[in-house]
Amino acid sequence: MTIGTHPTSARSAKPPYGLRVGIDLVQISRISDSIDQFGSRFIDRLFTDDEIEYANSGSGLQSERLAARFAAKEATIKALQLSDAGVGWRDIEVRKLRSGECALALHGRVAELAKIMEIEQIALSLSHDGDYAGAVVTVLHRAP
Amino acid sequence: MTTIEQVESQIKSVLRDHGRLNKDVGLLDSSADLYQAGMTSHASVNVMLALEGAFDVEFPDHMLKRNVFSSIQSIRSALSELTAA
Repeated sequence: MTIGTHPTSARSAKPPYGLRVGIDLVQISRISDSIDQFGSRFIDRLFTDDEIEYANSGSGLQSERLAARFAAKEATIKALQLSDAGVGWRDIEVRKLRSGECALALHGRVAELAKIMEIEQIALSLSHDGDYAGAVVTVLHRAP
Repeated sequence: MTTIEQVESQIKSVLRDHGRLNKDVGLLDSSADLYQAGMTSHASVNVMLALEGAFDVEFPDHMLKRNVFSSIQSIRSALSELTAA
């Protein structure tokens, strides 16, 4: 048995699972600079209404939260290999769950492409340290 | 009438201000890979927004591709498509 795949029987028409990962690191102060330079054009272009509302709900945490969400979107684009697919960042949304965990919600064209790729599961992990925010996204899909 | 040289000059100005390149943009060939020259994905967002301001255009979602912002030449091509529309 090959590591990272599930065995398939002769009767099974489904291809084996594949695993992909994407990572991104963002400097929080540079996100602040972008907000200063481009204001709502930067924020509205990249983030959903709910993401903006959540980012603004923490006193003084707007840039930190938006930086982590931007990293999550870029990590998703890498994991789903969408760099040249022509998709909007708002189609990838980070949702804060009641448990405190964050999860990804895919919309529009990104959701369509994920369906075509037969994405079975998508997992997100966010991290902050000092002036940096990072995200890792792991995708379980049907290969190829 | 805006010449290719004028458009490229404006693109270079935007890249100088927002691209965070590790090379002098004036020394870059039109086809040089901007990501290889240090442009990050975040910097490419700033470049896109600055280009929209400089050329009074808006990049639709379907043009938000890595290869659209990968060189001065590809950016010029995308702008030409947008301004012709």
